[in-house]
Amino acid sequence: MSTATSDLTATGAGHDEEPLLVVEDLSTTFSTGGADIRAVEQVDLSLERGRTLGIVGESGSGKSVLSRSIMGLVPKYATRTGSVRFDGREMIDADTDVLREVWGAEMAMVFQDPMTALNPVQRIGHQIMESIKEHLDYSKTQRQETAIALLRSVGIPEPERRLKQYPQELSGGMRQRVVIAIALACGPGLLFADEPTTALDVTVQAQILDLLETQQRERNMAVVLVTHDLGVVATRADEIAVMYAGRIVEQAPTEVLFREMRHPYTEALLKSIPRLDLPSHTRLAAIGGRPPDLMHPPAGCRFASRCDYAQDRCREEEPPLSGGDERDSEGHLYRCWYPVGISRPQTTVDTVVEETHVRSPDDPQVSEALDGSASDRHGTSSRDGDAPASAAEDA
Amino acid sequence: MSALPEAPTAPRSEGDATEAAVDADGPPPANAEASRPGIGVGGWIAASWLIFVVAVAFLAPLLPFDSPTARGSGPRLPLFTDGHILGTDSSQRDVLARLVFGARASLIVGFGAVAIGMVVGGSLGLIAGFRRGKVDTALSSLFDILLAFPQLVLALSLVTFLRPPASSDASAPDTGASLTSIQILVIAIGIVAIPLLARITRATTLSWSQREFVLAARAQGAKGGRIMIREVLPNVLPAMFSIALLSVGIAIIAEGGLSLLGVGVEPPDPSWGNMITENRNVRSAPLNALFTPIIALFLTVMALNYLGDAIRRKFDVRESAL
Amino acid sequence: MSSNTLSILKLIGRKLAQLVVVLFVVTLFTFLLVRLLPGDPVDLLVPVSTDTTDESDRAIIEARRQQITDDLDLNDPLPKQYITWIGGFVTGDLGNEYTVSSTIPVSDAVTSALPPTTQLILYSQILAVLLALPVGVISAYRQGGIFDRIANVSAFGSLSLPGFAIGLLLAYWVGVRLNPSLPTWINIPPQGYTPFPGLNPANWSFEPRTPDSVPDHFFGMLLPALSLALGQFAVYMRLLRSDMIQTLQEDFILMAKSKGISNGRVLWRHALRPSSLTLLTVAGLSVGTLIGNAVVIEVVFGIPGMGTLIASSIIGREFITLQSSVAIVAIAFVVINALLDILYSVLDPRIRNVRAA
Repeated sequence: MSTATSDLTATGAGHDEEPLLVVEDLSTTFSTGGADIRAVEQVDLSLERGRTLGIVGESGSGKSVLSRSIMGLVPKYATRTGSVRFDGREMIDADTDVLREVWGAEMAMVFQDPMTALNPVQRIGHQIMESIKEHLDYSKTQRQETAIALLRSVGIPEPERRLKQYPQELSGGMRQRVVIAIALACGPGLLFADEPTTALDVTVQAQILDLLETQQRERNMAVVLVTHDLGVVATRADEIAVMYAGRIVEQAPTEVLFREMRHPYTEALLKSIPRLDLPSHTRLAAIGGRPPDLMHPPAGCRFASRCDYAQDRCREEEPPLSGGDERDSEGHLYRCWYPVGISRPQTTVDTVVEETHVRSPDDPQVSEALDGSASDRHGTSSRDGDAPASAAEDA
Repeated sequence: MSALPEAPTAPRSEGDATEAAVDADGPPPANAEASRPGIGVGGWIAASWLIFVVAVAFLAPLLPFDSPTARGSGPRLPLFTDGHILGTDSSQRDVLARLVFGARASLIVGFGAVAIGMVVGGSLGLIAGFRRGKVDTALSSLFDILLAFPQLVLALSLVTFLRPPASSDASAPDTGASLTSIQILVIAIGIVAIPLLARITRATTLSWSQREFVLAARAQGAKGGRIMIREVLPNVLPAMFSIALLSVGIAIIAEGGLSLLGVGVEPPDPSWGNMITENRNVRSAPLNALFTPIIALFLTVMALNYLGDAIRRKFDVRESAL
Repeated sequence: MSSNTLSILKLIGRKLAQLVVVLFVVTLFTFLLVRLLPGDPVDLLVPVSTDTTDESDRAIIEARRQQITDDLDLNDPLPKQYITWIGGFVTGDLGNEYTVSSTIPVSDAVTSALPPTTQLILYSQILAVLLALPVGVISAYRQGGIFDRIANVSAFGSLSLPGFAIGLLLAYWVGVRLNPSLPTWINIPPQGYTPFPGLNPANWSFEPRTPDSVPDHFFGMLLPALSLALGQFAVYMRLLRSDMIQTLQEDFILMAKSKGISNGRVLWRHALRPSSLTLLTVAGLSVGTLIGNAVVIEVVFGIPGMGTLIASSIIGREFITLQSSVAIVAIAFVVINALLDILYSVLDPRIRNVRAA
């Protein structure tokens, strides 16, 4: 993914250079009878057409809620505050009818588990054509042709026959392709991919991610890629936001983040990337403790109780999301009083890159990224701030 | 905002709502339906009503009620008449006395039938669920076949079969000690209940027999029968108790149905069922005599259902086991 | 594709084999019901004293007894008797009701009793499902709301009130009290039955209180059908509600929403369909309960159906009629259950594929 594409897209939007998606101070609170759960707090993001934003965090970090909150796809008992501007329109207080016109047509979502995301008692063709019927003024034959073309474009063989099949008749990877086809049906400008590969076999994961990337390029879509896996976004996102306990704790362009990660949580995430051949609940085992209770969040930094470097200040005062140190690159924000590499030595990212290599060895970009850092493999003892980890430099 | 709830059970228990709501990618939370402290206010009201009904029915002969079968003279008395608080029926019999003695008959049929069903069906289900294998296959097929009959029709056939041949005919051979109509109802409804209760017991037993403490007892070399009685049975019993309460309600209703079909408790002795039957001609029947047994039946069955449900929730008997 | 079809056929074959076994046991049971009654079956069937002094009377009765014994093959061994009986049964010979002088085929009585019962069960099933669908769906959708609470309390209440009690209450309050004040074209009597005037519309009358009145038929069946339906409604509604609550939490519902389709469509097209299959199964399995309850409801409302036939044969001690009616009801129950079971496995793509796998 090249940063150059952003120039192309800016012209597409007729609005005064505002990105396709601008999220400001977005918070989502669940009222569950007792105390409120502040699932997402004070999130600021923006995303241009054709670009990819990676949202990374462990289970319960609020990353899925964030993507659903941006889309407006939250349950009744959830309250959203702040601002979500999509294509120049304010969506936060938009009417359900307005949202419905946008959903599926301009914003679409690819869900995590293709086994459960498709209606088991409806034929695949019906499920694809449903949103076309809802949003586009197509005849029945046109809808059918579009559905067949969509299935073909997501790499499903014999698309005509698939239309009449039920989801159970397809493999997991095929089903996820169908889910993607459904999301792409009306040519959305913004696609949310909520852990699109977590539920899939290792061998299929890279294929699905590649498919998303191809479709993104062809359609010039903006993509929000939600994942627990830094390895996935390392090569595919232009920018990464790391979430912890409902907040963004670090946010930076991908190459910056991997070069100079500042937040201990990001660092821990990198160290603890799970191997994909292990069951999913073993992920992040290396970070001790549990995320804080979002009903009663701690006073200070939310990561303090699990942070190896936490000081007294961390437990008392919450750090703001900011950057600004002279050693920071532009656009690098983090929530930490004692950022890694500034007040402390930084680790390298060799381990992660190694994992990435294991994950998708046939991905040339990953291999490149790998080669770039492989030379530093044995330099792990070098812990000063200028450690030359360049995992995603070339991504 | 959207109006469709994607997690409509939001305010379930706070813990799991948090996890479910906050991140969709976590493992599904274990159902944290916390063990409830008791059966609740409703449960106690239901229990009190049942105790009251059982006590009055049990003590009826000792209490100053009129005879339920004695016919009075003069006009039929309406509700709230002095001495006949619920009035009299078309034969000038005291409705309250019939209601109370009718409760006796209905409760005997209800509890008696379920007792038979429990003892026989419960044991068979326990054995089938604990032994598994061939015993289970054989017993389960038997239950399935018995369940293939419409239950009321099966009960009806059994009652017909058990009834002594028409006494009007001298030629009818006397087969010895004949059963009273109440005993016949208890047996017939009890037999119908056997496969139902057996199947539920089997399912419950099956789930308990897989638990670690049972396997541990097996590993220590305890004998099968001993494990079944000492380890499995005490755990199956609470579930069975709740099912039994629900079944008593069904049996009481079945008595009413059989009465309407003409095979209930032999008149003139009252039961709730035959009180309803006698007064079923709504164009002319005395409403006090028709509606009071219906109300009594309704309240009692509702109390049994409520209590059964409350106990089932308390012991977390899975609906799927039914 | 073909392996799928094959597995469906296998499944159907297995179910049909089960059906045959159950049918055998059910018919054997009803057959034995009469044969194993204490005493000589002939005595039961012709309850006439043989202790008459009149020689000619005795001769007539003896001849009659002999005839009945031959008719029922009572001197054959039991297995042979069963085969003869079941052979007659499947060819429509349901046996005869005997008196000293007459031999009345049971099939006549059964033929006229079947339509009212079928209608009653059909109408009440339709009513129960039609009531349960909207109430169950809305309760699930607005879970915990006022509508949901009222629906749940009423369901719980109607589960505690047997159909015959509901029937009597309706017969009194609607049939006796309300009916006279209704417009004349609505005739809801507390008791009685107006037959449906055949399938030929030329015979239909739309005048109330005439023999071939179509409205009278439906209004007349309203109360009995409703009495039967309310209990079923409660069962279906609770089931549909809990099933829908689960379905509404499925990812595919969120996915459907994310397509931008309307809430109504999500609810009725995406959520209801998987749940409705569960409802179908339970509705099928409830036919047995319905048959049993219909028997009683018929007696309450004086509908000349199978229930009334069974009740009158018990009172009249007409054992052959009782035997055949019970057998027919039981067979209908077994066959309907088996057919619905098969239908369900074929209809639900989930089950179909699970079993195919």
